[in-house]
Amino acid sequence: MTAHGTSLPAETTLGTVALEQDAAALDEVWRDRPGFWGWLTAVDHKVIGKRYLITTFLMFLAGGIEAALMRTQLARPENTFLGPDKYNQLFTTHGTTMMFLFAVPMMNAMGIYFVPLMVGARSIAFPRLNAFGYWNYVVAVVFLYVSLFANTAPDAGWFAYVPLSGPAYSPGHRVDVWAQVVTFTEIAALVAAVNIIVTTFKMRAPGMSLNRIPLFVWAQLVVSFMIVFAMPSVAVGSTLMLAMDRAVNTHWFNYTEGGDVLLWQHIFWFFGHPEVYIIFLPALGFITPIVETFSRRKVFGYTALVMSNITTAFFAFGLWVHHMFATPIPELGQSLFTAASMLIAIPTAVQIFCWIATMWAGRLRFTTAILFILGFMFTFVNGGITGVMLASVAFDKQAHDTFFVVAHLHYVLLGGAVMPLFGAFYYWFPKITGRMLSETLGKWNFWLFVIGVNVTFFPMHILGLNGMPRRVYTYLAATGWGPLNLLATIGAVTIATSVLVFVINAISSWRSGEPAGEDPWGSSGLEWATSSPAPSYNFLHTPLVTSRHPLWDTTVEQPVVTGLATDHREVLITTAFDARPDARHEHPTGSIWPFYLALCMGVVFIGSIFSPYFVLGGLGLSMLGLFGWGWQGSRATGPEIVATPKSITEGI
Amino acid sequence: MHSFFNPTSPQARAVAHLWWWMLGVGGVIWIGVAAIAVYAALANGGHRESDDLQHVSPDTHSRMERVVGVAGFATVLVLVGFLIYDFAVGRALAQHPQRGLTIQITGQQWWWEVEYESPDPSQRLVTANEIHIPVGEPVQFKLRAADVIHSFWAPNLNGKRDLIPGYMSTIWFKADTAGVYRGQCAEFCGLQHAKMAFYIVADPRPKFNAWYAASSQPHQTPTDSTLLYGQRVFMTSGCAVCHTISGTQAQSNVGPSLSHLESRSTIAAGTLANNHANLMGWIVNPQAIKPGTRMPAIPLEPNQLTALVAYLESLK
Amino acid sequence: MSRRLSNHRVWMLAALIVSGVACEREERRLNEPPPQPPVTFVSQSPLQPGPNVVTDTAEGPFDDNAFGTMQGQQLFTQMNCTGCHANGGGAMGPPLMDDEWIYGSNPNQIFASIAEGRANGMPSWKYKLTNEQIWQLVAYVRSLSGLTPKGARPSRDDHMMVKPAPSQTPNAKPKNTGLPGSSQRP
Repeated sequence: MTAHGTSLPAETTLGTVALEQDAAALDEVWRDRPGFWGWLTAVDHKVIGKRYLITTFLMFLAGGIEAALMRTQLARPENTFLGPDKYNQLFTTHGTTMMFLFAVPMMNAMGIYFVPLMVGARSIAFPRLNAFGYWNYVVAVVFLYVSLFANTAPDAGWFAYVPLSGPAYSPGHRVDVWAQVVTFTEIAALVAAVNIIVTTFKMRAPGMSLNRIPLFVWAQLVVSFMIVFAMPSVAVGSTLMLAMDRAVNTHWFNYTEGGDVLLWQHIFWFFGHPEVYIIFLPALGFITPIVETFSRRKVFGYTALVMSNITTAFFAFGLWVHHMFATPIPELGQSLFTAASMLIAIPTAVQIFCWIATMWAGRLRFTTAILFILGFMFTFVNGGITGVMLASVAFDKQAHDTFFVVAHLHYVLLGGAVMPLFGAFYYWFPKITGRMLSETLGKWNFWLFVIGVNVTFFPMHILGLNGMPRRVYTYLAATGWGPLNLLATIGAVTIATSVLVFVINAISSWRSGEPAGEDPWGSSGLEWATSSPAPSYNFLHTPLVTSRHPLWDTTVEQPVVTGLATDHREVLITTAFDARPDARHEHPTGSIWPFYLALCMGVVFIGSIFSPYFVLGGLGLSMLGLFGWGWQGSRATGPEIVATPKSITEGI
Repeated sequence: MHSFFNPTSPQARAVAHLWWWMLGVGGVIWIGVAAIAVYAALANGGHRESDDLQHVSPDTHSRMERVVGVAGFATVLVLVGFLIYDFAVGRALAQHPQRGLTIQITGQQWWWEVEYESPDPSQRLVTANEIHIPVGEPVQFKLRAADVIHSFWAPNLNGKRDLIPGYMSTIWFKADTAGVYRGQCAEFCGLQHAKMAFYIVADPRPKFNAWYAASSQPHQTPTDSTLLYGQRVFMTSGCAVCHTISGTQAQSNVGPSLSHLESRSTIAAGTLANNHANLMGWIVNPQAIKPGTRMPAIPLEPNQLTALVAYLESLK
Repeated sequence: MSRRLSNHRVWMLAALIVSGVACEREERRLNEPPPQPPVTFVSQSPLQPGPNVVTDTAEGPFDDNAFGTMQGQQLFTQMNCTGCHANGGGAMGPPLMDDEWIYGSNPNQIFASIAEGRANGMPSWKYKLTNEQIWQLVAYVRSLSGLTPKGARPSRDDHMMVKPAPSQTPNAKPKNTGLPGSSQRP
């Protein structure tokens, strides 16, 4: 059909009905208030999303610095750079940061920023809740890092196995910090998940039926459901059981009083394994649009990709026991989890085959973004194969808790999540900032990263099989593990250099990069149908969707619907399956109460470490916030909703 | 000495075979996927004349569907193959021998208590951190933890098994070849998780029996005056509060048993070679070697230290 | 600019204060020179030579250290203190979790009781334990009756629940401040 030109003026893509007064009026209504107060009360999903992205990236840097310190300690045998106490705090903080404060919130942040844009919505479903989630997350960040500098960082591992993390063997408040940091991130993740689910189901542009949802959004939707089922498990485990064992002397995990040590592992991994896919599936969602755009071809196997996403999510809840193969669990039960663990490789394999087929039939343009996707394929498939090996009970009993697993999980998470994430940064940075990232620095970033990851983590496979357990602060020279560890440390320096290149690239490009225009890559998604960065109201007129690739399949002009109010915040609600216009909904304005409530949550959960009275006090204070939050008048709705051009209306 | 790559028991060998197969097949798959991805990327890539969208004819599309379908099916076949092989190996490993030597291992922060079971209580033997087993006989280990979770793992002989408070688990293996095999705690267990190793010494049956008999002998009170003084230092300076030396008044099980200490090759749970200088250094300041270990630095006069070490070295 | 700078200073100061407060309590003192024993003597009678001894109210070196107190808790079991004192409730020996202190509740006095032993059966531990270990026991014994800072006291251990955990014990005011003879053994 027709190529989508990159230089078409905004008026044409948005529809000729666009009026400048409308834009000004909408901006007046939708933008957040200026000044410090406005900064605290902001609810725009792009503002919150951007803050989320920056904070989570800072956490990535912090976790990386911790990793670098650990690699320095392990560079040679019997090093004394860090003692066991500091090392244990660092590896726990590294794991907690990367899993709870970087990976999950980063993926949520991408969803918060882009899902409303991709489904053509004015905003996210619950903007105040969204801000509340972000501030909760900030409380967790501040709490964990103040603790680290106060020598109170958790030191029982990010998995916090009892009894080591229990009151008898972890004195003081270190593990309490872990339990409550996890609580805040659970709240933040659940809030983001609910928001993304409702936005996807009820706020899609008219015409975007379920089978036209972009794969990025599908991945976010599936993952949000996973969050809703997985997070409560660890919430019960950490906030309720572990924290109560430690603070008020319950006996959930005290085996002499009828508690059970293994119970913790079940609860933790019932969350912990889906967690991996909560991180990984959104990354797969980044890949499809990037591959499509740079292959200049619609993705092969849309249905297969969606089904793979959903299947992966289902299986992900059925294989947590493969983290516990060394515990006394009956053979038959272990076999079931082996089968499930191998099974989950199938949908992932199908997805990779689909992308390769897309590239094959397309014509690839080698940008940094697509290079990172190719890097993903080589690195992730390696991690996937070691994953299948680890699914085998017999082999896992050898490799479990060794550096082989460290290698596997970093191949999977760096290869499967971080590389697509970097690809996504290069791809969507123009949409967020309005400027392009430098491709030259990007190539440096990519090659250093791929080489660094492999040099760091490949030797760890061999180290693990040679008997090096995980979480050791040092090792004896006689073990012969020295040279490979040194190599891994050199690789870690390479990764650090690569990330530094990215930081320099991001800062300099944000300031003075090449202006991007609204659609620099000639992409197909709705997020490219508005200016870069998108205005506070996202789209001047809500777009009307007639295919899976709106910008590629639109011949003349982007059809739109008009009629939403311009004098106050109003959004269009559509039906869940076919996205027919269903209702119009008054949208909340900026508010200080989310921030206030997050602080109350801080009082509740951080205070609970010291005294149960903080819980009561904090909940009391939060009542005020809830009243304030709910206090809102009602308004008349706008004029009638009209689709333009008329001819399209019959099509939906 | 400490590696998955040199299996010396039928159990470890079966697992190693399984792994080499998976590595081979996985390696081929990796190379295949990588090659196809590179080819797909380069096939039409790089030399673009325009930004035009690429269109795929229905023929090509259905051919791609077939290829992806076949690739997906091949994935399933490979996985089923792995699964069956794994089940076979797993079932073989799970069959416990009915008879044989049974050794109780108790993991503690941060050392291993080793107790040889015997129907005759006088034949029970308690030692620490060094496990002697007879070659060619199945040995069963009963695993318990005294405080937190530990994991018992000697990669040359078998996979690992967690020691979990409140649970008793078992593992067994049969060493084929005589030798000394290192093992290390694999589950994070606190400050000195890194220095919680053990050695398995596999000896032919006669040599094992000789070791067992010798180790069962109670310690004879020394006659040498230095050694006597050393023994008095041991009993009165606090050592005896935690350690056992069979045949003496020292009968505490807070720390590892020191009966026949000189017969072991290492001290401090596999951390230091058992020699004069290391023993002295360890007693003078254990915290410098294993920060956080439960063993305190006991202040001793130089002559007390010399006598004590001489006494410990006489525990042959 | 200058305002921003002073903001930084405020933050740094706050961070310093937080770390100063928490460091002590959370510190794992692993390889440090051992603390010294107190200069004290065991007194069996209210009559003393020379001027009145001022009761030393200094806190013990591990009183506000959670890790040290936990070590004391483990030693309490391992050294079989439970054999006489049960889990603190008292049996053959006096209880340790009430507010009665025959030989005084100050760290120095408890140190002396453990190190030197007391009449009627308390053995001397000074040749069996190091000063550091005795100080750790002092911290644990004091935590039993709520004499040490609450944040440093241990919660329950992994044993049968026979007494409330020290972390749940209300802060105590000991009745007898350790003047010898001011109380009879119950």
